[in-house]
Formats: sequence, structure tokens, C-alpha cells
Amino acid sequence: MCKVLIPALLRSQTEGKAEVEAEGTTVGEVIRHLDVRFPGLAERLLQDQRLRPGLGVAVDGEISHRGLREPVRPTSEVIFIAAVSGG
Amino acid sequence: MPSLSASPDGSVAPALRVVGTRPVRPDGIDKVTGRALYGADITLPGLLTGRVLRSPLAHARIVRVDTSAARALPGLKAVVTAADLPPAPDRIEDLGEGAIDLRYLSDNLLAREKVLYHGHAIAAVAASTPEIAEQALALIRVEFEPLPPVMTASAAMKPDAPLLHAGLKTDRMGQRDAAPSNVASQLRHERGNLDDGFRRAAVVIDRRFRTETVHQGYIEPQASTAHVQADGQITIWTSTQGTFAVRSQVAEVLGLPVSRIKVVPTEIGGGFGGKISVYLEPLAVLLSRHAGFVPVRLVMSRTEVLTSTGPTSGSDLRIRIGADTSGKLVAMQAELYYEAGAYPGSPVGAAAVVSFAPYVCEAMRVDGYDVVVNRPRASAYRAPGGTNVAFAVESVIDELAESLDLDPIEMRLINAVREGDRRPDNLPLARIGYVECLQALRQSEHYRTPLTGRHRGRGVACGYWGNWGGQSSATAILNPDGSVSFNVASTDIGGSRASLAMQLAESLGIDYAQVKPRIGDTDSVSYNDVTGGSRTTFATGWAAYDLGQKLAAEMTARLAQRWEVAPESILRAGGGFASGDRRVDFAEASKLVCEDAPLMVSTTVHPKGYGAAFSVQCADVEVDPDTGKVTVLRYTIVQDAGKAVHPSYVEGQMQGGVAQGIGWALNEEYVYNEKGELLNGSLLDYRMPTACDLPMIDTIIVEVPNPGHPYGVRGVGEVNIIPPAGTLANAIHRATGVRLTALPMSPPRVLAALWEKSGYRP
Repeated sequence: MCKVLIPALLRSQTEGKAEVEAEGTTVGEVIRHLDVRFPGLAERLLQDQRLRPGLGVAVDGEISHRGLREPVRPTSEVIFIAAVSGG
Repeated sequence: MPSLSASPDGSVAPALRVVGTRPVRPDGIDKVTGRALYGADITLPGLLTGRVLRSPLAHARIVRVDTSAARALPGLKAVVTAADLPPAPDRIEDLGEGAIDLRYLSDNLLAREKVLYHGHAIAAVAASTPEIAEQALALIRVEFEPLPPVMTASAAMKPDAPLLHAGLKTDRMGQRDAAPSNVASQLRHERGNLDDGFRRAAVVIDRRFRTETVHQGYIEPQASTAHVQADGQITIWTSTQGTFAVRSQVAEVLGLPVSRIKVVPTEIGGGFGGKISVYLEPLAVLLSRHAGFVPVRLVMSRTEVLTSTGPTSGSDLRIRIGADTSGKLVAMQAELYYEAGAYPGSPVGAAAVVSFAPYVCEAMRVDGYDVVVNRPRASAYRAPGGTNVAFAVESVIDELAESLDLDPIEMRLINAVREGDRRPDNLPLARIGYVECLQALRQSEHYRTPLTGRHRGRGVACGYWGNWGGQSSATAILNPDGSVSFNVASTDIGGSRASLAMQLAESLGIDYAQVKPRIGDTDSVSYNDVTGGSRTTFATGWAAYDLGQKLAAEMTARLAQRWEVAPESILRAGGGFASGDRRVDFAEASKLVCEDAPLMVSTTVHPKGYGAAFSVQCADVEVDPDTGKVTVLRYTIVQDAGKAVHPSYVEGQMQGGVAQGIGWALNEEYVYNEKGELLNGSLLDYRMPTACDLPMIDTIIVEVPNPGHPYGVRGVGEVNIIPPAGTLANAIHRATGVRLTALPMSPPRVLAALWEKSGYRP
């Protein structure tokens, strides 16, 4: 099971937990698994079958450009972050 | 063949021949002789002049736009208004500058129901002469229903504040409030127990800050030319940081397939984030089509640049930090209210990450709010959002250090993040050079030299920027004379032609002079993200490295076939190829290889591991107690470049960021009256620093290689603008005993603070 760090504004969906475990081989599967345990979480993270605009995901410390398709290992750490661009 | 790769400990081998040298830039002669073509230099047969009618009001409902008199004017070829735009798509896309609602992008081009800022475009015309175009603008009648303007975040958040967008509801990470609001969104980063942290603090500093809207201040105004041909194919020549971003935005707002649009980049006279969003390009396309398929050129005036293109956000900030008696930070809290301008999209997300990123602290909370106000839509500006928040945080850190009698560098060393520590959003940091930067400044001649004299003070501040990777594409064509034509689509806004050509030369083992870089249009090179986010030397540099490896591999394979040997038997040395007693240099190999067939290789990369950047800065200032004028006596910037590909350009980026930061800190601000009209829409009144205002900015490049790049490169373009405002605020405090909490720290504001401290009543 991978480790998922929950953003502060979503912790109301995870019974206040800042960190939870989840199954899945991709970020998309991890979210689907979490949504079973914490109904409504996927709706907060997704829009039109992809991460909400402005939201990014990092797996094992690397910000992903694959989004929901990013591979996840059982030892991985998944973090949802604000997508940031530069100038 | 030897292959270069970054080792896990970050060391880079073997020794580099080209990377780290300082060759002449390939575009230098054209630029100093005036031959280089910028946006306004494009001329075509039959070219028409375009002009834009802009709102005199900051907030109003548009009742009616009457263009009939203008259309009757002889010589006037086309008039367009929002009615000529296709319906705005109700969709959010990332088209080069982060996620944006396409309705807002479209509405910003030509106002539909409301004008939302002084300078908002309402109509555009094309005419055979500039005079006729100006005359036509004067003949367009617009009937407004004025509405009260909302100019600051604090005003916009009041319960009875007029709403800019009736349908806008605060989004709190996927959950929307029921009632409409001027607050577009809230974000929060939180870890640890903040209350416990503050209870353990020996000292707590709690301050509020204000920063004003500032502009990037690029010298070349926006300039775009479009030609729609009768067959529907469209060519756009424009000064931009991203040709593919322009193509995507034009395609989306005009409802066109990208295959019909070719975007040709001109040289660019500065961008700094401000030349990513489109303003003129879609208007030029519409006008060209309406004028009968003739080319139309639009060039902004300086006033239009200031009133109508995206500056960066003003902000209201609250910073509360606690430390124990040893100086260790035990609790950090920030509330960040960023003004997005007329449409959602301030850089508050980046600001929230930048805020406490340099510091280790178990308990922190950062709340960020994106607030719409009646100012032009904010766009990116060099490390967007970073300077505002660092001004506030670094001021509080300095105050804590002072109250604990700690040296400001020691205070930061006590709390400095290292590899594995986490940013406020919990993302762990890879190998970074922050501590090395702090140590380099502490050991510098500047910092070790005592500052003497009355009304003088020295300040220190630091900054973090995450950088970016993005997608890059490039092609390399081998010429029989041993040169390599190198085509990229990363527009060159800071010397990247040279730094990219150097990386290709290094990868191939040839001289820099053998590589001929060229910036291609959107039909010539595959997709490329914008030049921004400090990504080009890193990511397009990765593409250059990869091209070199591919080209050398193909040359090796062809030589092996010709020499009838196994490719593995061919060795590379000094750019040449050898097998047994056969040996050819690169030029000879090129001739042989090209005899068989032309050789071109291409690559597309999307690298991770872009490596965070840190900068630490130190300023000495003198404050005139009679006028409040701050003179910067001496300035040193230290920055971790990973590996400086072209040290002169790295130094230039460092100095440029500091120069802009000094202007932001000491003088620059948008000044509005109570009606929301911009009062200083010229460079006479919008006071950017000149050479007369700045000292020599000394640079110290620290090189802690980024393990995510074959040569250890980190982006260097942005982090340098983050610390200057905090650095100068801290220096002014040490000089005067006054701690300024608002930018700019202009003479009137400094003088008022000095008078308040002394009890003087003018």
C-alpha cells in the first residue's frame, strides 16, 4: 500500500487524517481506492476524468506530468499539490 | 562511447570542455547593429495598421457599442467587437500560463457584458494608415452603466463589496461556497500543531504587510501581425515567450484547429512572464479576416502595456512566526491575499509554496486567497508571487533574529532546509544548495567588511523557487563541413541560443562555433512549452544533450558500416571517431556520413528532476533622513546555479533579477485614483530603476549540481527576484530603526515612517 498525503482542505473528507494508505498501481487507481473508503474525495480531486485544473500530483518527490496515469509502487508516497507555473 | 550522466551523489563527470565557458552569443551582432527583427519590425505588402479601443472606466456594464460611424470612415478596413468572437468556451485549460478559464481569456481580449478595468479592450480596428485607425476609434460610441470599482483585496472581501463576476463562487479545493464572492479560491498548506508551536515560542512576531501592483517592465511593447489567407491558413508573427502557447490560445478563443495556425517568433525585447498570454494576436487574426485577407499589425503603446497587459498582483499579507530562545523556528503562519486583477488566477499558489520553503519547522499553516479586483488581469512575472511573500517573511525572520541577538545568516543556517526536508505543501526537496549559498555569503568579502557611516544599514534575505521542467523539442541537422544546424522552439529571452548550443556541442564533443542555433516556428519544430519557469536551459538543454547523443550514435553506426567494423569498436575522443588504426575528426566524419544520406535527428523530452533554486542576498543602503530616499551602496547576490552553462548569462540573470527586485522594492507601483483610473501609465511616472539608480551588483555563483540533469543544471532565471525587497527592507531597518511593512519603500513612505518614529508632525 502506498502512502498518500492529504492536502489540508481535503482532510474533512478523510476524517481529519493528514496521511492515509491506499492501493493502486497508478494515481488514478489510488484515487478510486480512496474514494471507496472516503466517499466524495474523488469529486474534490477530479474533473472530467482528470485532475482538477490547478491541481498537480507528485509521486516519490517528483512532480508528475502524467497525472492520473503516473505509476505508483507499494512503497510510493503520493502528494497532491497546487500546480505552479513560472514567468 | 562515453556517456555523461549525473551520478546519485550529484557529481558530474567527465570534465566539461564547453559548458562553463563564456563564448560570444550567436545573436549578438544582429542585436547590437539593429538588424534583429522585433515584433514591430514586421512589414508585409498591403499591411494594415490596427488599433484598440479601451475602456476609460474601471468597472461598468456595457449597454451598447455603436461602430456605424467608424465603419463609414474612408480607409477603415475592419472593425471588430466581442460580437465577432465565437461564444466563449466554458472550459478550463492550461495553455501555457497555468490553468485558465477560456471564458475569461476570451472576455479579456474584448469585453462582452462588462468592462472590468481601466484599459479593458472593447473594440479593434484596422485601417490603411495609423491616422485613420485613430480617427475610427474616436468614432466608436460606447454607452456605459458605471459601477463602483473594487481596487484592493481587502475592499473586495468586504461583505458588501460590489461583485465583479455574478457567478464566481469561492472554490476550496473542489468545494464551492454557496454565495458568489470576489474570492475565487482558497488554498491551505498545514502540518503539525500550530497552537502548540506558538506556545513553545520564546518570541513571536506577528506583522501585516501590503505590496502594490507592479509591471514586468519589458522594454518592447506587445506587437503582433497576422495574415489570414483566403484558404484559411493563418500566419502570426509575434513577440512571445511561447509560440505554441500563442497557437493554443488563438485556436481556443477563435474556435480554430491548430493546424490552420502558424506562429513565427520575432526577437523579443523582454518578457519576464508578461509575454505568455495573448492580447493582440486573436484581434489581428479577426481584423485580417474581416479586412479581406490582408495582413494587420497591432503594436501597443507604452500606456496600453501598463493599463492593459498583465502586471503582477498586489497583495495583503499577514505573517506570524515564533522561535525558541536558540533561534529555532517552532511555528509559522501566513495569510496571503493576492489580487488577481479582473479574472481569477493570481500567483498565490506559488506564493504559498515559496513562503516558508527555506525553513524547517514542524508546525506551519499557509492560507492563500485569490481575489478579483478591478485591475488588469494579473499574469506571470519572474517567480510569480514570490517577491511579495518573501518581503514579508524575510522581514519577520530578520526581526526575530534581531530580537534574539542572532546574526541574520546564522538565524537562517539554524533553520535552513536541506535535502529531504519538505516545502509547505509537503513536497520533499532533492539535492539543493541553500546552505552552501548562506555559507558563501557569510564568507564573502562584502559580508566580512564592516559597514560604517551614519544612516547606513546592511540587510540580508533569502529566497526559494521550485523551477519547472516542461516539454521541449529540437532537431539537429549534420552538415558535411562538420557544423550542426540546431533548431529549437524555445524563444530566446535570456541568451538560451548560446547556452543550448553549448550543451549540444558538449554532448557531441565539438566546439561551440560548430553549432548553429535557430529558433523555429510552430510548423518547423515539434511542441515546446513556453520559455518561462526557469526551464529552458534545463529542459531544452536536456533536449540538446539528447540530440548530441543520438547524432553521435547514428554517425557511429554509419561509420561502422562503412569501415565494416562493429559499432562498439568505435571510440569517441575529442569529437572524433576511431577504430583500430582508422581515425577521423568530427568534420571528416560528417563528410563521410553525409555522403551516404543526409542526417537529421530529432528529440522530444519532458524531464523531471528540475531541481530547486535558492538565492541569498545582501545589500548596504544609505537613507537620506531629509528626503527618505534610499541609495543602494552595495549589493551581492549568491545563487545556486547547479552548473552555470554560460557563467556570463547566469550572472546577467542574477543581476537582472536583482535590478527588477530593487525597482519593485523602492519605487514601482500602479497608482490609481478613487475611480480606478491608472494615473501613472508611462515610464516617466511608473518609476523603474535606471543605471543611475543601481550599484554594481556583485554575483557569487554556487554550483551544487542538480542530479536531474546531465550537466547538473538548475534553472537560474527567477529565484533572484525573490529576496531583494526583503533584503532592502532589512537594510533600511538597520539604517534607520524603522521597519517598513509596505512596498514600494519610496521616499514619501520612508519619510513618513521616519517622521512617525521621531514624533515629527509636518
